[in-house]
Amino acid sequence: MLQIRDLHAAIDGKEILRGVSLDVNAGEVHAIMGPNGSGKSTLSAVLTGNPAYTVTAGSVTFNGKDLLALPPEDRAREGLFLSFQYPVEIPGVSMVNFMRAAINAKRAYQGLEPVSAADFLKLMRAKREVVDLDAKLTNRSVNEGFSGGEKKRNEIFQMAMLEPRLSILDETDSGLDIDALRIVAQGVNRLRRADNAIIVITHYQRLLDYIKPDVVHILYKGRIIKTAGPELALELERRGYDWIKDDNNV
Amino acid sequence: MQQYIDLYNEHRERFHSGAPAALNALRGRALEVVASTPLPPRGSEDHEAIDLAEVFATDYGINVNRLNIDPRLAESFHCDVPNLSTALWCVAGDVPMPTGTALRPLPGVDVMTLRQAAARCPELLEKYLGRAADIGQPVVALNTLLAQDGLLIHVHEGVDCAKPIQIVNILNATAPMMAVRRLLVIADSRAAVKLLLCDHTQRDGVPLLSLQVTEVFARQGARVDIYDLEEATPATRRVNATFVSQQADSNVLVDTITLSGGTTRNELTVDVNGAGAETHLLGMAIAGGTQTVDNRTLIRHHAPRCDSNEMYKYVLDDNAIGGFEGRIRVDEDCPRVEAYQGNRNLLAAKTARMHTKPQLEIYTDDVRCSHGTTIGQLDDDALFYMRSRGIPRDTARTILMQAFMADVIDAVRLDVLRDRLRHLVDKRFTGQLASCANCPVKSSHPRD
Repeated sequence: MLQIRDLHAAIDGKEILRGVSLDVNAGEVHAIMGPNGSGKSTLSAVLTGNPAYTVTAGSVTFNGKDLLALPPEDRAREGLFLSFQYPVEIPGVSMVNFMRAAINAKRAYQGLEPVSAADFLKLMRAKREVVDLDAKLTNRSVNEGFSGGEKKRNEIFQMAMLEPRLSILDETDSGLDIDALRIVAQGVNRLRRADNAIIVITHYQRLLDYIKPDVVHILYKGRIIKTAGPELALELERRGYDWIKDDNNV
Repeated sequence: MQQYIDLYNEHRERFHSGAPAALNALRGRALEVVASTPLPPRGSEDHEAIDLAEVFATDYGINVNRLNIDPRLAESFHCDVPNLSTALWCVAGDVPMPTGTALRPLPGVDVMTLRQAAARCPELLEKYLGRAADIGQPVVALNTLLAQDGLLIHVHEGVDCAKPIQIVNILNATAPMMAVRRLLVIADSRAAVKLLLCDHTQRDGVPLLSLQVTEVFARQGARVDIYDLEEATPATRRVNATFVSQQADSNVLVDTITLSGGTTRNELTVDVNGAGAETHLLGMAIAGGTQTVDNRTLIRHHAPRCDSNEMYKYVLDDNAIGGFEGRIRVDEDCPRVEAYQGNRNLLAAKTARMHTKPQLEIYTDDVRCSHGTTIGQLDDDALFYMRSRGIPRDTARTILMQAFMADVIDAVRLDVLRDRLRHLVDKRFTGQLASCANCPVKSSHPRD
């Protein structure tokens, strides 16, 4: 589904990603871990097309398409989704209008008519249940006045609405208490299918207790320096990152 | 300006004949001011964004003989604010004419031309016409010199006008033409009225100028809402001077909306003469291409315990130029006045320019006055967030610009108009603004 080859990227002239290669197949869950500043969020920003970052080398293929050649909206409409570490507040734009615009944009891309008002409301109601999102929140402006936990739930709600092929969850666990973490993780698990895939970016093992990864990668100084099974996350939790750095002479 | 002085002197008899005596009585003074006061050039005080001398430099014709007015115009024009039942008048150029809806009497409300008023209620014109407008200003003087007719709206004491009164101003000529328009609104004690003024141009490519002076008298406890909506073509120039005089406990709202146009200068002066009065000034300007929209507002608090609340918002794209000169003055011995002035601007393109000058002038201690001004761009983070959900960049921009205008639209106190404005603003931002739907010429500004 996703093939990243020797990806280099910079922000303000500073190189953050220094040769990332990664393959993700349908049905898989990958975890990307790593210390602060290793480039985890940069990777998610580059994949989704954040204009603040510049790709300096490498390639990314998503379902056979050159992902880096597409504008952010088309990447999304091809089925890529990012759950933001810091969801953006948009005063004056209601969640309902925001989601309707997103759904209809995707449908237009697929050559479909805009969704009917009745079907849209039905869809909203069904998907809210995935993360137990309060109906009142969907009538408010996007993320405005939402608590930290509500913002993260709202991200997963949007994921449920848009049914992406590949979802990147960027530190979705940060700022969540245990109950909210469980609700969010259960929501993500309900959305798992044989034909979609998830990349979980996290510092901690605890999210991976709920969302079981098939593969764990360690990103350090802009490169993936180690890839292994889920036991790697447990080992990191126990020993920290230093032993990895020592083992890999980085 | 000399060409207009010559025109007046040459056709003096025609300007005076049939015009109200109360207006003719002001012409001498008007002529003096026009002859002796040059129009302020760009860069002079309160004229940062507009060159009035340039606006009037074109040798516009004036319909001295009241010719070429198609009487079917008023009937054929249908302003597309659905479900809004109004008493509708049309002003073709500067010739007012009622439509069918305006012929049905509104109890306690008189709407008539100034020429009719001169015959029916000359004492009213004597008492009010030219009493609020400052004839010392060259723009007002020129209007006073050249106006031949206009409209009077008089709402009698205690009467709540049953439906909104709508005036559709239409410019349409094949050669450069100036429409000299005059509107006089008198709301007696405890009267209430809502006015919807729509400016349209039915032809593009020809310089057409609307020069309007509006005087509004809100007497004790009266409530007057004025929604002034311009949807004109890029060749249109509009110079509008509105003067509001408020008595005690009156409540006035003036909402000045520029959806499209060429060069727009709106001057709004409010004199709050009685205690306990409330003033709401709203403004919304959406400009693209090479459009100029300039609003100058002045609120003078002459009485204690009054509230004024002002908010103007601009979205400027392409090479558009915006201007806002807002001043609030609180006289001596006017305690407990509360006045707020806000001006928020969104520049959607690097080439757009905004000039803004908020000013407070306060001579009493016990008041609460403040102002706030911002100029910003679209929020890049919000834009990316929306695009990351599949919303195309242009759609995302449109949604953000609409959101920016949401509060000034929500402040409209006429439900149907509020809904319609949302729709019109939406269309304006997506580049498909037709003017009120049945205009033969669509005044659209295709965006990038």
